Amino acid sequence: MTEPQQAPRRPGAPLGVRLARALGLPVLLVLAWWAVSATARNFYAPTPDTVARAFAETWFGHRIADDVLPSLGRLLAGYALAAVLGIGLGVPVGLAPRLRAAAEPVLEFFRAIPPPVLVPLIMLLAGIDTAMKILVIVSGCLWPILLNTVEGVRALDEVLTDTCRMYGIGRLRHLIIRGASPQIMTGLRQALSVGIILMVISEMFASSSGLGFTIVLFQRGFQIPEMWSGILLLGLIGFTLSVLFRWVERRVLFWHWSHRA
Amino acid sequence: MVSRFWYGLAGLAVLLAVMEAVPRLGLVDPRFLPPASRILGELGALLATPELWAALGETMRGWGIGLAVAFTAAVAIGFVIGIVPGLRAATHSTIEFLRPIPSVALIPLATLLFGASLGSTLLLVIYASFWQVLIQVLYGVADLDTVAADTARAYRLGWWTRIRHLVWPTALPYVMTGLRLGATVAFILAITAELVIGSPGLGLEIQLAQSSGAVTTVYALVVLTGLIGIAVNLGVRLLERRVLAWHPSVRGEVPA
Repeated sequence: MTEPQQAPRRPGAPLGVRLARALGLPVLLVLAWWAVSATARNFYAPTPDTVARAFAETWFGHRIADDVLPSLGRLLAGYALAAVLGIGLGVPVGLAPRLRAAAEPVLEFFRAIPPPVLVPLIMLLAGIDTAMKILVIVSGCLWPILLNTVEGVRALDEVLTDTCRMYGIGRLRHLIIRGASPQIMTGLRQALSVGIILMVISEMFASSSGLGFTIVLFQRGFQIPEMWSGILLLGLIGFTLSVLFRWVERRVLFWHWSHRA
Repeated sequence: MVSRFWYGLAGLAVLLAVMEAVPRLGLVDPRFLPPASRILGELGALLATPELWAALGETMRGWGIGLAVAFTAAVAIGFVIGIVPGLRAATHSTIEFLRPIPSVALIPLATLLFGASLGSTLLLVIYASFWQVLIQVLYGVADLDTVAADTARAYRLGWWTRIRHLVWPTALPYVMTGLRLGATVAFILAITAELVIGSPGLGLEIQLAQSSGAVTTVYALVVLTGLIGIAVNLGVRLLERRVLAWHPSVRGEVPA
């Protein structure tokens, strides 16, 4: 297999103009925030430099190892487990039309349950330890991945299926997984945002560490700049994960029409 | 089509049977997982109480107002950004940064500003569903057929005519997709705000039932939220089908 070819770069505006476009509005917004918060002296709206200082003091110490990394670890573990389960179950269900017809209403029902209500339920069943939090993430992330895998496998191209059978090409890897991968990636993308929500919520409920717990702690103690720094950190995590996901998606789906420039 | 329905029904029956058998056979402590019949019985009993309907009303009010505000704002802003030249490039980085921020990050802020009230619910619901709709509107406006756009320009159609008869019909399928995604997310966030912050509604009822150890009630309410989730989804799909009855993607689905 050859390496995916770099898409030819579109001739665009010069670098300076592009930079101005990308940074102009964010800089303006931060300046506006600065101006408003500095003049209004609102207790709830600290100036950006206060928040930046609080950010450095709060998160660049022991909290990275104590709160941030364990949270991310649980997210990763739950997400990975949900992906394996979702794809592993989705392929056989998608291949068997009768099983699919029987399973779909049940799956749709589970997907329709707002994932956060699973937190109190799973707390009942599994206590309040790390396993519970991972289980919560799995139970929320599973359904979008599973349903999208089923749908992707169902919609496989029939001509391709017959061709593969004719030539005896390994069906699972080259036909089923590959053919369903655009749909599977859609499910994985939906599951990622559900996973982040559940990571935060499961820690807000019953926990003594973790990102969600720490942010609520700041809010209850009226440590406003620290609380804002926590919101900022969650935002940065959400942003970074979505950039990472897009990078992975481009590598996995480089062959697909939607990624061919 | 008919057999699909029966298979689906059979699937649900199997689920109920398993949920009934597992606690009855002692595989899981019935205190933590009551049999399905007890859960459904509890749901029936709850549905007869006015408190449940009041809570349901609160949840749907937060959902409805939040979704309406987010949808209107996102469509208006999306059209302005999509149509005014240069605005899209200038806002792209900001939108791409704000969009993936998980709305639950705003929970502490909502708690401080509004406490356990409708305001908290609205803040979370609006933030979460706004981006879903906005992104779809931006895709929709960008999908404009260049020949149609050039034709409109050649005929010197006014800007309002162009929006009304060219941009709006092009973007409408995307707008409806955005509404569907936004409606689901708005419902999730409405329940979340009630559950975590304690604004009145079904989420608060779940939290109260859980902390008082009424396990069957927790299960019954969770089942109810699932049913409402399905109803929300079906309702928006129905609306989508009506609004887009003229569109090829919907027309094609109806057998001649």
